[in-house]
Amino acid sequence: MTETTPNKPFVLKRFIPLIIFALLVVMLAVGLTLNPRLVPSPFIGKPVPEFELPLLNQAGTFTHEDLKGRVTLLNVWASWCFACRQEHEMITQLSRSGLRVVGFNYKDKAEDAISWLSQLGDPYEVIVQDLDGRVAIDWGVYGAPETFLIDKQGIIRHKVIGPVSDPKKLKALMEALEQLQSMES
Amino acid sequence: MIPELGHFALIVAFAITIVLSIVPLIGAAKNDAAMIALARPAALAQLLFISLSYAALTHAFIVHDFSVLYVSQHSNLVQPLLYRVSGVWGSHEGSLLLWALILSLWTTAVAVYSRSLPDVLMARVLAVMGMISIGFLSFMLWTSNPFERIFPVPADGNALNPLLQDPGLAIHPPMLYMGYVGFSVAFAFAVAALLGGKLDATWARWSRPWTTIAWSFLTFGIALGSWWAYNELGWGGWWFWDPVENASFMPWLVGTALIHSLASTEKRGVFKSWTVLLAIMAFSMSLLGAFIVRSGVLVSVHAFATDPARGVFILVFLCIVVGGSLALFAWRSATVTSSGRFSWFSRETALLLNNIIFLTAAVAVFVGTMYPLLVDSLGLGKISVGRPYFDTMFALVAIPLIILLGIGPALRWKRDDAQRIKTSRQVLFIASLAIGIVLPFIIDGVLNIKTGLGLAGALWIAMTTLNSLYQRIRMSKRLPLAFSGMIIAHLGMSMFVAGVTIVMTYHQEKDVRLEPGSSYELSGYDFKFIGIRKVTGPNYLADEGHLVISRDGEKVADLYPQKRIYQGQSNAMTEASIDVGLFRDLYAAMGEPLGKDAWSMRLYYKPWIRWIWLGTLFMTFGGILAVCDRRYRQSVVQRVKGLNEQVATN
Repeated sequence: MTETTPNKPFVLKRFIPLIIFALLVVMLAVGLTLNPRLVPSPFIGKPVPEFELPLLNQAGTFTHEDLKGRVTLLNVWASWCFACRQEHEMITQLSRSGLRVVGFNYKDKAEDAISWLSQLGDPYEVIVQDLDGRVAIDWGVYGAPETFLIDKQGIIRHKVIGPVSDPKKLKALMEALEQLQSMES
Repeated sequence: MIPELGHFALIVAFAITIVLSIVPLIGAAKNDAAMIALARPAALAQLLFISLSYAALTHAFIVHDFSVLYVSQHSNLVQPLLYRVSGVWGSHEGSLLLWALILSLWTTAVAVYSRSLPDVLMARVLAVMGMISIGFLSFMLWTSNPFERIFPVPADGNALNPLLQDPGLAIHPPMLYMGYVGFSVAFAFAVAALLGGKLDATWARWSRPWTTIAWSFLTFGIALGSWWAYNELGWGGWWFWDPVENASFMPWLVGTALIHSLASTEKRGVFKSWTVLLAIMAFSMSLLGAFIVRSGVLVSVHAFATDPARGVFILVFLCIVVGGSLALFAWRSATVTSSGRFSWFSRETALLLNNIIFLTAAVAVFVGTMYPLLVDSLGLGKISVGRPYFDTMFALVAIPLIILLGIGPALRWKRDDAQRIKTSRQVLFIASLAIGIVLPFIIDGVLNIKTGLGLAGALWIAMTTLNSLYQRIRMSKRLPLAFSGMIIAHLGMSMFVAGVTIVMTYHQEKDVRLEPGSSYELSGYDFKFIGIRKVTGPNYLADEGHLVISRDGEKVADLYPQKRIYQGQSNAMTEASIDVGLFRDLYAAMGEPLGKDAWSMRLYYKPWIRWIWLGTLFMTFGGILAVCDRRYRQSVVQRVKGLNEQVATN
């Protein structure tokens, strides 16, 4: 850099920032129309992150240790989340089939969550409250609904982003669940 | 009636702002003195009407006018006055009004304090700021009116989120917005310079103090937010890489690059178009960050479309402001000539490296925050990134930055002698590395390389900065405020690095079950639980624990952590109790009752955590000091003379 560039640069160079911004806008615009899809998560195959959260509607707390011992579905939901309403029936069915379903109430208000449950029914064995979403960050949660399949040892085996009622996602989840049950029995 | 007046004042302000953003620009193009002269009074009138509107909303909060939807959503009868006043910016609509108010304050400040600015340039700058204001005002008027009424009128309102009822947080958003919006001044100067087609070093000189003061506000605002999270969330952490935090951190990183780049442009006339680009980027990041947080896109990616009107408005507004200014940049920056020449080993190169490092950091945060959206829109699926990503990225960025920080300020402009620097820095480098590595061993007998490197970095910055100060005093005996400001801000960086390193390595935390009379020892401190009593606050009930902390049998402090239930809320909020010390914080937060007066408690020992905020306060103070430098006031007359001559010769 003995000399700064004289003033006859390649014209395109000056448009680079504009082009990058245009790409960003396209991305944001596409993001507006997109639905969340099933995806791999860096947390799969890893133990659940450590946490301790209060329970909704009852005293006491719930920790990562309490997740161990049984195959568990951890369902991240909130009363403000429309897609959670869509998947609610499927979550209820999964719960009735004998699978332990733990609710993870994400960035919600307790009274809203309770009235939501009394309206639609409560499929959860217990519900933990993550009022400010701090614990959800450790779980890599970016929104609701998200659902984690956790094995007896507390290892995350599968993750669904978006409603589990989506046929493709449900199929993948059921496959993961069957695989887990055959391995453990 | 008063809310309608507030709404009306907002509409009047909108009309004035349209005049402000159009007429002076036409005047500048046609060289019509009357039209140009309209800019200043229009800016003042805009401030007047937005203030009236803001006062009307505040009044509605103070007198509990629950017929205003926004007031009934964010305040109730028992809320203390402080949190009714701060409730104005507790949510989306009111925050926008605060943005608009602060923007008009900055606009007026430019109009008042830059009287010596050439009229044409002033007209353009104020008009550009007016255009930004149009965006905010129309956003409010069309999609988020804070004065909307509801019927029937509720007897009482919803409480403001209890998390937000903290004095630190009450002033955190205004400080942050002062920073965000303050970058609009540099942006307006850059765009005005592009519009005028004359991008010389003068614009850098004019916008430099404004940018530095905005940066100081932003630094202070972020520090307040971090301090609040530490106090209020009961987690003992000071930074969470939460998307909302990242949104304020990105403009800070770009702004830090900008204040350094402005120095090169002002002093040496180099990197002109680069600096203009950074000015545009710093404000764009502020807009992107603040708006995206407000729209909820980052809190929940899936919620982006829940309010399509707002989502689309934000995107269109971003397109106009950022796209427009970047297009202008592409069109006009050809006229820029960089006059200064410099060798590879010079202050210019060091500042360029600084810019590259800070931009890399900003891109890393940006990618980490926006990644899910990016990957998703490319159709590649969805991936979440968490704390490990950010921690790794920042460790990588910090190493070159810290090394550079010890060398850059000592370099001469234009060309320096590598040998000279080598002899002056070699000893300091080896000394800081040796002391840093050995220190952890002295502290607890364990050789911890990571901690050692962190401490070495802090020492390196401190020693080289003090060395620069010593050299400067020895050589010239005169110490300009701008130089002192830099020294203090860089020392702040050293304190920050030291604080982060020590607290990350040596903090202790423990969840324990305590009964009245029992105690627990943490890092040599004995936490004894005395008991629980009920406390009544203005709008909450609380269980208050009492802990006595002693060390070697001597009492150190009493802690009174609380578990509060706010009226109208069913959740209990944790109010941690902290015994503050320069070299250690002792921190207790209540968990859950375990029956029979026993409670679960979270106890922390946080060494040197104060140094993190002390460091940021030093940075803030350094920025303020730099702005007070004489040359920004004294040589105004000479600069205008010089500028007029330039205009005349063209």
